Amino acid sequence: MTRLNARIPEGPVASKWTDYKSSCKLVNPNNKRKLDIIVVGTGLAGASAAASLGELGYKVKVFCYQDSPRRAHSIAAQGGINAAKNYPNDGDSAFRLFYDTIKGGDYRAREANVYRLAQVSNQIIDLCVAQGVPFAREYGGLLANRSFGGAQVSRTFYARGQTGQQLLLGAYSALSRQIALGNVTLFNRRDVLDTVLVDGKARGIITRNLVTGEIERHAAHAVVLASGGYGNVFFLSTNAMGSNVTPAWSAYKKGAMFANPCFTQIHPTCIPVHGDTQSKLTLMSESLRNDGRIWVPRKLSDVEKLRNQSIKPSDIPEEDRDYYLERRYPAFGNLVPRDVASRAAKERCDAGFGVGSTGVAVFLDFADAIKRKGHDTIDALYGNLFQMYEQIVADNPYETPMMIYPAVHYTMGGLWVDYELMTTIPGLFAVGECNFSDHGANRLGASALMQGLADGYFVLPYTIGNYLAAEIHTPRFDTNASEFTLAAQGVADRLKQMKNSGGKESVDHYHRRLGKIMWEYCGMARNDAGLTEALYQITELRHEYVRGVRIPGGLDEYNPELEKACRVADFIELGELMVRDAQQRRESCGGHFRDEYQTSEGEALRNDDKFAYVAAWEYNGGEVAASLHREELQFNEIKLSQRSYK
Amino acid sequence: MFLYSSITRKVLMALAGLFLVTFLCVHLGINLMLLKNDGGRAFTEAATFMGTNALIKVFEIVLFAGFSLHIIFGLLVSGQNKGARPTSYAVNNSSDTSPFSKYMFHTGIIVFIFLALHFLDFYFIKIGLVAPPPGIAAHDFYNRTLLLFSTPWYSMLYIFCFIALGIHLNHAIQSAFQTLGWNHGKYMDAVKLLGSAYSFFIAAGFSLVPIFILFFRN
Amino acid sequence: MNFTLKIWRQKNVAVKGEMISYDVSGISPDSSFFEMLDTLNQKLIMTGGDPVAFDHDCREGICGTCSLYINGRPHGPVKGVTTCQLHMRSFADGETIHIEPWRAKAFPVIRDLIVDRSAFDKIIQAGGYVSVNTGGVPDANTIPVPKEKSEAAMDAAACIGCGACVAACSNAAAMLFIGAKVSHLALLPQGRVEAAKRVQKMVACMDELGFGNCSNTSACEADCPKGISVSNIARMNREFLGAKLFSEKEKVVRVSL
Repeated sequence: MTRLNARIPEGPVASKWTDYKSSCKLVNPNNKRKLDIIVVGTGLAGASAAASLGELGYKVKVFCYQDSPRRAHSIAAQGGINAAKNYPNDGDSAFRLFYDTIKGGDYRAREANVYRLAQVSNQIIDLCVAQGVPFAREYGGLLANRSFGGAQVSRTFYARGQTGQQLLLGAYSALSRQIALGNVTLFNRRDVLDTVLVDGKARGIITRNLVTGEIERHAAHAVVLASGGYGNVFFLSTNAMGSNVTPAWSAYKKGAMFANPCFTQIHPTCIPVHGDTQSKLTLMSESLRNDGRIWVPRKLSDVEKLRNQSIKPSDIPEEDRDYYLERRYPAFGNLVPRDVASRAAKERCDAGFGVGSTGVAVFLDFADAIKRKGHDTIDALYGNLFQMYEQIVADNPYETPMMIYPAVHYTMGGLWVDYELMTTIPGLFAVGECNFSDHGANRLGASALMQGLADGYFVLPYTIGNYLAAEIHTPRFDTNASEFTLAAQGVADRLKQMKNSGGKESVDHYHRRLGKIMWEYCGMARNDAGLTEALYQITELRHEYVRGVRIPGGLDEYNPELEKACRVADFIELGELMVRDAQQRRESCGGHFRDEYQTSEGEALRNDDKFAYVAAWEYNGGEVAASLHREELQFNEIKLSQRSYK
Repeated sequence: MFLYSSITRKVLMALAGLFLVTFLCVHLGINLMLLKNDGGRAFTEAATFMGTNALIKVFEIVLFAGFSLHIIFGLLVSGQNKGARPTSYAVNNSSDTSPFSKYMFHTGIIVFIFLALHFLDFYFIKIGLVAPPPGIAAHDFYNRTLLLFSTPWYSMLYIFCFIALGIHLNHAIQSAFQTLGWNHGKYMDAVKLLGSAYSFFIAAGFSLVPIFILFFRN
Repeated sequence: MNFTLKIWRQKNVAVKGEMISYDVSGISPDSSFFEMLDTLNQKLIMTGGDPVAFDHDCREGICGTCSLYINGRPHGPVKGVTTCQLHMRSFADGETIHIEPWRAKAFPVIRDLIVDRSAFDKIIQAGGYVSVNTGGVPDANTIPVPKEKSEAAMDAAACIGCGACVAACSNAAAMLFIGAKVSHLALLPQGRVEAAKRVQKMVACMDELGFGNCSNTSACEADCPKGISVSNIARMNREFLGAKLFSEKEKVVRVSL
């Protein structure tokens, strides 16, 4: 019997949120002052939540591992943010945004949450403009929109190629204002290493001060996790170096269920790996596919010649090139969704047609577009991206085709939350990429920013009040209580144990190995045999890690290796769960592609009868496998259909 | 004065500086009269006018205030700047900037030393604080100047100081515009160009006198 | 490629630091600067040494975390990039590379190459925002903004807060950072409402934190990885003067209920 209750309000989907807001419990201003809230993370979701809760009058403590809240990785988002404003008069509406998001997610997201997301999307744009976010504008002074993948309308607002940065700076400025007013207290350079439960409710966290090494205890009436995604489980990803799953994972171990961990998004246009010392992958905007044509050589002999540099890409005649996306998907061509484009690139490289020194890259060629539109037009459209590419790769994309390869970019899975964004631990909320809720099995472009800000600005401030209304008689907590002492002791012991393992290899050594296993067996395409192998290898790795990792430096000082060691330990455990999740989902959907379940043309084959559910995993202790709970998804508004891009 | 914010200090310094820049032009005009081969009549006349006119007398006080303000704020700002970086870099900064702009304090000191010397040689004599050299009356600036410039080391020093002043002004003029917020994409290049031209004109103009006297009067 | 590195090592804020020399070899020219340092650190860890601590996060030039002063220039020799976007092909084989932390009174060294830049957060907290709460704002298209103004605001808003301007400045001044924020908000009608108050508060906070004063050398602009222009400093000066000279005196209004 499942313990999952999504607590979706009754009534038609379009009025659920309005009804909820009119009927949820409120906390009066005098009581808000007596209630403490902890927010972990200062990305779009965390900063917007902390600022909004501070404005309401709650006493908020906000934590980030970075030196400043402004540096959270939301800042790296390039493309834009969706909203159903319908400014271009092209027929957009909340329903259409809702529909596109559900379909784009391959029908694995919860209707009620996604509809609410579409409803509040417009308010986000209004607020951001009022904060001074310099969105792109038309000559008439009104806001500009552009189109983005997976939609037939132009609903994406953008600030050059730095939309994430500008939105985050907006949220950061609102947060800074609350900090100055004394409603929010900032704790920077802190790692959140455990969640503290008192009588089954989330009541605090244990942190490590990254500068002094001190283990600190913080109590509150509710805890909000906004700690982002877990793409770094793959070692190489477009995430920031410090992005980690640890706060969410500690909550998982305390009883919050982790949903759909195997749903990861692989972005098709990244700069390929150059060698063994690579630490990080760089994304190139998806917009490049509007004008670039993707191809690999048709003949293996040409691949060989390219690799030993006896010919240049431009020497290969047109008839010997394989524009495989145009060949396989004549209708959408190079503009197929992210998951489809990524898999097709992998298929070609696996078949031996990959280019570049490593053989794991495909060409993205602008020669035709330059000929058709002219050098200057291409420069105006993509100049900054071309420069970025040249800076990293030292090749000029005007002269020779770019080389690209897919890379891990976003994780749709995360902590399971109900309609109120509360996890299975009462009083523990999860917002933004940290939760699983809105993107199903695949996220559409420009939706991540929308979701993070929707959760933080417009959803959580209501739903958390509904929970806290019952907590107004709970006095502030004493962090000397036994639950805090126990948790703090646990964290200290764990760190000491890691430090004293007496091993020989660096943390990165293990992280790289984990990344290789995950990428190989739980990456763009998965199959049962591979996943079984991955499970075996990860278990091995976990045991080796405990004995083999070497951490220099002390516990009570700035120690980046120690920070990484905790994060990687959690990634290894998470990796195992991802593999189990991928194994149980015997269908292909969105970012999750199982070789066994594909159409005769090699497309993803969903199984809605058996797998139209959210897989939520419950922790059972280290040595016992996690148990699976299912939240069956009900589709009342939308008819499920096969995605086709032919 | 210590309470003023960074920008206020800079603005007052810039205003005082711009005022001094205009004064330099007047002073140069008088100096150039030395080049006239009339036994110093025009020069002495101008000097007498400057020394006796009531309005100019008032102006003199303003001028002193301008100098003092510029110098005091210069020192304050430099102090603030020194304090802002207690540990210096092992490798000196090699950013692409105007090479002169970083030496405003140094060129300022040179100009200040010159100013002191100049006071000693002229102004203090005029007001009777210092005895004039034998054979020259306290108010006889013309012969005093000829005497000084007939000494090659003095002329060299004089020219050196004015090159320093030129360098100082080259950055100072555009810098003052920037500090006062008068920066605009359309005319900033013109401001820079005119500033440089003016500073060259000042440095060259003042240096011309000793060169002329050294080579053509003796 | 091989390099000799001279790196500032300092255990914590309380002790003295010094430049220490290291050799790295076999570095690919395609490696990023941080991947080169990663290689050094791996070697140090394996040989029982203490790895070099440096700030870094996104490694794609946008978060503003990285902060190395390389051979006399913040973010190294290449114009318009952050340290994390610097590649070893920009250096000569066998070169000696000096690596130091940002140096400013307001940015104390935490360890090795890491400095504390929370002074920047404090400056933003002093007024770098528009005082609106979530909810209750007008429709986004209510106030048209001229495209040129909006673009200029975006130019200023592109600042990543890395502190290279302070590091480059011979006076350790933070004027470019503050000028950029003041300009970004002053150029937009939404930010104009509080413009006079904002600039005064932010400048006062900057002074309090011990930053230097501007001598218009433009080193900040030259080394800003985002190319923020010093015209933003001029705009700040203008805003500041205007505010000091013409803004209304603040009155204390008591509201009795």
